[in-house]
Amino acid sequence: MKKYNYYLLTLIGAAALLSSCGNQNGGGKSSNGALSSSAAEKVYVAPGEQDEFYAFMSGGYSGNLTVYGLPSGRMFKEIPVFSQFPTSGYGYSEETKPMLNTSFGFVPWDDAHHPDISQTKGVLDGRWIFINGNNTPRIAKIDLTTFETTEIIEIPNSAGNHSSSFITENTEYVVAGTRFSVPVPQRDMPINEYKGNFKGALSFISVAPDDGKLNLEFQIMMPGFNYDLSHPGRGKSHGWFFFTTYNTEEANSLLEVNASQNDKDFIAAINWKKVEEYVKNGGGEKMPANYAHNVYDEHTHTATSTMKKEVITVDPTKIPGAVFFLPTPKSPHGCDVDPSGEYIIGNGKLSADLTVHSFDNMIAAIEGKKFDGEAYGIPILKFEDVLAGTVKSGGLGPLHTEFDGKGNAYTTFFISSEVVKWKLGTWEVLDRKPTFYSVGHLMIPGGNSAKPYGKYVVAMNKITKDRYLPTGPELEHSAQLYDITGDKMELIYDFPTHGEPHYAAGIPAELLSSKSKKIYRLTENKHPYAVLSPDKARVERNGKEVHVYMSMIRSHFTPDNIEGIKVGDKVYFHITNHEQDFDVPHGFAMIGQNTSELLIMPGQTKTSLWEPKKEGIWPFYCTDFCSALHQEMQGYVRVSAANSNVPLTYTLGE
Amino acid sequence: MNTNNLKSLIGSFLIMLFILSCKNEPKTENTSVPKTTETENTEKKGQAFIEDDGSTPNVLQIAIGSPEHSTLVTAVQAADLENSLVNAGPLMVFAPTNKAFDALPAETVKDLLKPENKATLANILKHHVTAGNYTIDFLKKFKKLGQANDQNTTVEVKGNDVYVGGAKIIASIPAGNGIVHVVDKVIIPPSK
Repeated sequence: MKKYNYYLLTLIGAAALLSSCGNQNGGGKSSNGALSSSAAEKVYVAPGEQDEFYAFMSGGYSGNLTVYGLPSGRMFKEIPVFSQFPTSGYGYSEETKPMLNTSFGFVPWDDAHHPDISQTKGVLDGRWIFINGNNTPRIAKIDLTTFETTEIIEIPNSAGNHSSSFITENTEYVVAGTRFSVPVPQRDMPINEYKGNFKGALSFISVAPDDGKLNLEFQIMMPGFNYDLSHPGRGKSHGWFFFTTYNTEEANSLLEVNASQNDKDFIAAINWKKVEEYVKNGGGEKMPANYAHNVYDEHTHTATSTMKKEVITVDPTKIPGAVFFLPTPKSPHGCDVDPSGEYIIGNGKLSADLTVHSFDNMIAAIEGKKFDGEAYGIPILKFEDVLAGTVKSGGLGPLHTEFDGKGNAYTTFFISSEVVKWKLGTWEVLDRKPTFYSVGHLMIPGGNSAKPYGKYVVAMNKITKDRYLPTGPELEHSAQLYDITGDKMELIYDFPTHGEPHYAAGIPAELLSSKSKKIYRLTENKHPYAVLSPDKARVERNGKEVHVYMSMIRSHFTPDNIEGIKVGDKVYFHITNHEQDFDVPHGFAMIGQNTSELLIMPGQTKTSLWEPKKEGIWPFYCTDFCSALHQEMQGYVRVSAANSNVPLTYTLGE
Repeated sequence: MNTNNLKSLIGSFLIMLFILSCKNEPKTENTSVPKTTETENTEKKGQAFIEDDGSTPNVLQIAIGSPEHSTLVTAVQAADLENSLVNAGPLMVFAPTNKAFDALPAETVKDLLKPENKATLANILKHHVTAGNYTIDFLKKFKKLGQANDQNTTVEVKGNDVYVGGAKIIASIPAGNGIVHVVDKVIIPPSK
């Protein structure tokens, strides 16, 4: 044995040297040519040049969405969505606090998972991007002209909003499925009576074609499984939606064992057009509910939160032909549909193989009524009848699949830490490349639409370890960029990402960059406390409430000296940025204030609350280095005793 | 010993030759562009090769550190499975001892280590891995386990002993990313 080993190792060593030698010298064929110098050239975006693609990466437990450029891997912006964000004052300013309102009250954080860009006819249209809050079920809409969160709707009867927020091919709906089944309506009952009693709600939220306004149209009350991920049908399968399920065992404890007992779980195929028609004709049950709908108005620069009190629920067994189960091996996780709409891919996360179902086979099996029993009244199709093929990958722990639009699919493997490229239709493995380390999702711009832009794939890894300079126990997650224009994938770059990116969505830069807003027009500012010209700046007292109507411009506040404020007052600074020049925000911060700063864009009004606790003269200042005289941009507030007679005055330059 | 020395000498000579031939190659014209070190030669890269002496050893490091498991380690290396054993897992590895491998029919191990049998070897080794982390007592709750090669194996309790796929667990070592159960037999996957 030992001799044998040594000889083997020597050979491996020699082979390794041989290949690295070839690479260093750039000799040989395509693989070598792509390495060394040209990998650098491929990701190099020269100073002043711009990237080819936007990549929107979910921030995971940061609750936010980050915007990157590809291929450079440069981060452009962190968009606050579900979490308070002191950088801009989101969730701290009076205008944006309502965005984080829920039926549980103010929830300042969430776990953001799966961004998806709006589509028209299956092609990215770049109007909005949607993302789900997993923990306190919510769906957010972000406007892709302002890159700001403009709407958040809470999802009732749901828990662990994970198989979300994927959209149908004309953005008719953004769909949200529950990962955890729960009692519906919620009630006090023993946990171990889960089986048969809990429900899994699949929610269809309509998106108004003109302004994108969200409305929860109906919820399909499915059996109490875990609904893991989902994707819409497209092309011929438009009108259907597919959800992977696990825990069809309906276990309520030690799921790592008890939810892995069945050899197959299901992909649930939902004919949402049928359900939509049923609801339009008066079907479904109106059920009392309580959920927040928060809308931000770009003209008033203010969000409002409305509690909705009713939801339509649908029993799927009452609509013939609306819902079917497709058996799929080993607790499938990812659920992806190819650009043609024919193939539905379910990746059993404890499996080595990928299961590919055929939409045509599914329709034929439904029409032929080839059922293999039922679960809670929902017909189960025969595995062999719907199966299109199996990809024997040799990898371990398949998770997610994206497509390049050239007939190839790319699947991530968590345990074997790699991306595997395979061919749709022949199921042949064409290439595999390691990731560093333990990849979750991957993203090809448009990779889950009818028209992918198959130039790059980004692998989003869960483990970083030694990839970058160490920063203590807590590390940012790593991402790797591969060029997929050739037969073989080529690793060309590696960059850290913020929070925990789950899914991401990419789009060609030219579809967004020209529409990106530069300033808010002061003339269009409808904020009730806006000051549209500095001579309207004033301070008004209403009992213990004081409203400061303030304006700001390079390089002063109007007013900048305020007297007559008393301990125990509630002072609202309503500040309007009078700049009408691109990229000249001003900030505002007051000493000892129990909240964050404000960052106010040109033409925008934001409000900060200050409750002075001590007598004295207290300064405030601009926090954004706005101009050559930024250090002069400051002011004072005189705070007197609660019973003092100092008159209320406000001045500038006196 | 003699043949061994000779082979190592030849091996070293080959390596030297490659290094030399590298150095003798003319430099390419553009030296200012940084060279990537991430080359196609990724076979021996990845989590398995990170230096980390602070964490609890993972299942691979435990196997490497055990003189009783040198055959298993050789096999894992020949099948290129190192990186699959250092993953976040959790991974439960049933680790046959050298004696267990020796009990196989003559020439079996030697044949399996041949490059043309890499897939067969990998299949057998993956049949020794479960995605999970269960103590021997906890394993008694199971009748079967789903193994990483996509086949099931059996769990049987005889007295105080637990047998997995017919192999008896003779020791258990908790790992940073799971657990290693030392077993006295190689678990042969059921024929498909």
